[in-house]
Amino acid sequence: MHILVLLKMVPDVVEDLEIASDGRALDLDYLRMILSESDDHALEQALLLKERHGGKLTVLALDAPEVDDALYTAAAKGADRLMKVVGMEAGFTTSQAARFFSQVIGDGSGILPVDLILTGVQAIDDLDGLVAPLVADELRMPYLGIITGINMDASGKTARAIKEFPAGVRGEFEIKLPAVLGIQAAEKPPRYVPVAKVRAAMKSIRIESAPLPTLADGGWPVLSILEMKRNEPAGHAEMLEGAPEKVSDRLCGILAERGLF
Amino acid sequence: MTGSICVLAEQWRGQISEVTYETLALGREVADQAGVPLTAILTGSNCRELTRSLGVADSVIYVDHPLLAEVIPQTCTEALVQVLTGARPRALLVPLTNISLGIGTLIGIRMGVPVVNFCNDIKVSDGKLEAHCVMYGGKIEASVEAATQSGGQPAVFGVWPGVRTADKGRAERDVPVTDAAVVLEESQPIRLCKYIEPEAGDVDLTKEQVLVAVGRGIQDRGNLPLAEELAKALGGAVCGSRPVIDQGWLPLSRQVGKSGLTVKPKLYVALGISGAPEHVEGMKDAGLIVAVNSDAGAPIFNVAHYGIVGDVLETLPALTAAVEARKAVAPHA
Amino acid sequence: MPDALYLWVLTLAAFGLFGRRVYRYIKVLAGARPEKRWDHLGQRFKLVLVQVLGQPRLIEEPLIGLAHLVIFWAFVFFVTSFFWNLVRGLFPFLPIPFADQVPWMRFALEVSGVLGLLALAVAAARRYIFPPDRLEKSRDASIILGLITIVLVSSLAGQWFGWRAMWWVHMVTVLGFLAYLPYSKHLHLLAAPFGVFFGSLERGTVPASSPGAARREEFTWRQLFSGLACAECGRCDRSCPSYQGGFALSPKMLMHHMKELVRGAENGGDGAKFVGEVVKREEIWACTTCLSCMQRCPVMNEHLPVLIEMRRHLVGEGDMDKSLQEALKNLNRYGNSFGAPPRARAKWTQQLDFPVKDARKEPVQYLWFVGDYASYDPRVNAATCAAARVFHMAGLDFGILCEGEQNSGNDVRLAGEEGLYESLQEKNLKALAKARFHEIITTDPHSFQVLKHEYPATNGARTVRHHTQLLSDLVLEAKLPLRKKLKTRVTYHDPCYLGRYNAIFNAPRRVMAALGLELVEMPRNRTYSYCCGAGGGRIWMEDPPVFKERPAVSRVHEASMLDNVRTLVVVCPKDLVMFQDAIKTTGLEDRLEVRELSELVEQAMG
Repeated sequence: MHILVLLKMVPDVVEDLEIASDGRALDLDYLRMILSESDDHALEQALLLKERHGGKLTVLALDAPEVDDALYTAAAKGADRLMKVVGMEAGFTTSQAARFFSQVIGDGSGILPVDLILTGVQAIDDLDGLVAPLVADELRMPYLGIITGINMDASGKTARAIKEFPAGVRGEFEIKLPAVLGIQAAEKPPRYVPVAKVRAAMKSIRIESAPLPTLADGGWPVLSILEMKRNEPAGHAEMLEGAPEKVSDRLCGILAERGLF
Repeated sequence: MTGSICVLAEQWRGQISEVTYETLALGREVADQAGVPLTAILTGSNCRELTRSLGVADSVIYVDHPLLAEVIPQTCTEALVQVLTGARPRALLVPLTNISLGIGTLIGIRMGVPVVNFCNDIKVSDGKLEAHCVMYGGKIEASVEAATQSGGQPAVFGVWPGVRTADKGRAERDVPVTDAAVVLEESQPIRLCKYIEPEAGDVDLTKEQVLVAVGRGIQDRGNLPLAEELAKALGGAVCGSRPVIDQGWLPLSRQVGKSGLTVKPKLYVALGISGAPEHVEGMKDAGLIVAVNSDAGAPIFNVAHYGIVGDVLETLPALTAAVEARKAVAPHA
Repeated sequence: MPDALYLWVLTLAAFGLFGRRVYRYIKVLAGARPEKRWDHLGQRFKLVLVQVLGQPRLIEEPLIGLAHLVIFWAFVFFVTSFFWNLVRGLFPFLPIPFADQVPWMRFALEVSGVLGLLALAVAAARRYIFPPDRLEKSRDASIILGLITIVLVSSLAGQWFGWRAMWWVHMVTVLGFLAYLPYSKHLHLLAAPFGVFFGSLERGTVPASSPGAARREEFTWRQLFSGLACAECGRCDRSCPSYQGGFALSPKMLMHHMKELVRGAENGGDGAKFVGEVVKREEIWACTTCLSCMQRCPVMNEHLPVLIEMRRHLVGEGDMDKSLQEALKNLNRYGNSFGAPPRARAKWTQQLDFPVKDARKEPVQYLWFVGDYASYDPRVNAATCAAARVFHMAGLDFGILCEGEQNSGNDVRLAGEEGLYESLQEKNLKALAKARFHEIITTDPHSFQVLKHEYPATNGARTVRHHTQLLSDLVLEAKLPLRKKLKTRVTYHDPCYLGRYNAIFNAPRRVMAALGLELVEMPRNRTYSYCCGAGGGRIWMEDPPVFKERPAVSRVHEASMLDNVRTLVVVCPKDLVMFQDAIKTTGLEDRLEVRELSELVEQAMG
């Protein structure tokens, strides 16, 4: 069985984000990149499947600051092959990212054939589309998103995927392989791998570079961002200030007024 | 339908979702601003009667096909593309929910039209459609224009739940319905086998009047009893955001948010919850929202009515003490 | 002639059994990982002289300590006499008398025999009538007590009543004892002196970097040896805050497991699931690394290195609770356990009304390594600011590394993540290399420990001081401008990493005296100080599902029992946080408050 995981780095929102001088984009110099959280879950799900069914796990990422660390960490966790697409300018959109992925997968980079392609269901910067359905359509594969569990059928030709619906309901779907799945959460939280193992992976595994495919200009629509700014939570909540006891007292007063006691 | 504003209506398990009404409310505003009609599109199988509740729209397109009984994104998209290609609307609003996620993107790629996700609002400005988007976990706002040159219609807008109040988008009337026929391949690669109902928890959050919600800011499972004490003092129950459930500190039945429950209690106390859209989706309609967070910039303060910037672990016991003190004074308040 | 023959047979049998068992133990030890313990021979011999002949650690429990010392010395005389008699008995043609035929030897034997019997009576009374906590009434112990009694009685009886039969009883009993020795906990008779000789000369050494241990051969021979030397006295358990708190860990049981692990080799047993099943995960993670066990242990066993090796193994498997995992991930990515933005590390300085120098940008005299909790935890910020104001008012030229500072790595190392520790140390050293300073000071004992002992000297600067040492020196040099005396009764908690780890007890007390404070010591003070429970990464871990009483709760109860004392003085950020929480959960807010020493110094500086 061969599983491919697609990884994308996104801005780390732990630090305050700064806006670039033109007021239309993030200041890329000022931020750190981190692996998109649901991509991390996709990797974990792939590792769980590999542990269960054996086979090979390939990880394909897009070049970005700190992507190497994410790839080596994937290897330390159990990925067999590491690849990254290189040569693009920073600040590409999600639909461009998806096209980079699908072209590299499709054009003889030695990745195919693959049984399952896993990636995160949605990243925090997916403004102009989602990776999973875009890649699925480009590769002419079935797609399903918001997946929280996968089981391979014995035949190896289909898989059962659990998808989350509202109100805690889940649905079990049968999917013909190969397919692309957008992972919401892995069956277990992403595992911990000690720093020593990541460092060992740095010494023993090589990251293969896949050059950026030249995108045929298909006249893909482009969004124009008119303005970008920090979302200051101004003006909605009335802020109560002071020591915990004072604030609690005031709040109780408010609750009492509203008959909430 | 050409040039109209279109809203994708969601039906799931025999009902139109609340989010559909919220999106219709937004659609109504945009259509009125642009001076064009509002059309709702509903896909499904044998559920034509649901179109009645889409009365806010000027007209409804109903697509019936057995394979559309359950929403499977690629199948649904195939049907929608067939419907939309003929008479292209100006814009299509698609809710960003567990049910419809992915459809917007697929329409974008198959029809070669722009897609704008994370929309909180859509305005007409200089005759152009401008989306107001909230991204990066709620920390960044952006104004985005979807270029809609010829061939670039409809622009697809992925809309956050809670973008308007559902009541503004709800109206029962005999709205004109057009039945659209589509051709779908018999053998589909994806098939729903069954639904798995959630395990019944000890508490039905949707029936509670007071909810004390905990997020990562509670720091340790060992601090849950503090929250439980507050809940008890207020006569309510404890619930949590996704990270807390993922850690196993609370069972799934206590999850509030996109993949959990949507609740509308009279009082919602959010402790150490950042306010990412996925959680806000589940509680934005609460009567009174009080948020405690050590980060003054946490997005939760955008949706809360009252906010306290402080250490959750210090504020929580103080709150409980104050509530109990007040109850002691006025026992039958 | 036949006498000597019987004696030879018995002797060969006894020594044979003894030797075979000991040989097997040595083989197991030889097959384990190496560890250098042959250095500083002079120091080691001295250690044996003091610890084995004087037994100060046993005297800490005075009654039994004295009794044991008496039994030990009686033993010394009797063993001497035994070998003397054995040689004489095996080689009857030797022209030497029996031991008890020599007047001074006979006298020594009588005196030590009688005293020994008295001591045995005390020991028996203690064991069977007034047993302390954690003393198991094992069959093994009873057998030993019985055998020693017979040895002494038979010898005395033989001497006083001249019964030859008694001589045989005595010799046979001793030979039997010898043969039984390697199978009982009294192996410590043989192993303990070696344990002391090969003991750790530094306090609390973390074992040399390794991938951890799960199987017998992955431990070092010294770690395995601890199991053999253990006399199961229970002193470690009696001082362990985790054990006393009802957590899963019992240091004594841990040593017992190590003993079984070594013995298991003999039975062909496989130690495969030693970590996780024999020694449960909760036990391994429950340790706060306070060092009480190792400090009390009379045979200088090394409980902590064993636990750390096992933690390293679990970390290697990614086997830990989610809280700890989260903390380690945050430490790796953001340099602090909170997952807070690195850029906000120096934000606390905004609360001051003077600027704090960025030591990366301008040279300073004192590089102040602040630490995670002091920087980020709002409950500690007040104390951090107080310290800053004290340094400022004292006219000290100090600066901080701002976001260049990472967690020092002390607790990361003790939690078993060696790789992450190395990474943190690298980053800190890089930041330190860019700064110019004369010495490092820190308000965090955990950081102090690792900066002083593990970090290589940077920029030639080698001095690392805790702020209490700095303040104490300033007091001695009359350079601390104190304006008033605080006439308050306070008590003081010796933090593990200053106290037990570094023997820094007087510096904080000197400062408190200079402030005019009346210090009332808690019963458990100085090296007996009771850990707050946060160390070893425990502050990052979840509470176990079942426990009796958190160590911090026990400690604040202890403080609150002192007459007229309402202030508990601490000098460690984690202590501050742990005790504040404990006071809240026990409802002692009206009775006791926690203050960091700097806050009091600031008060006294007016």
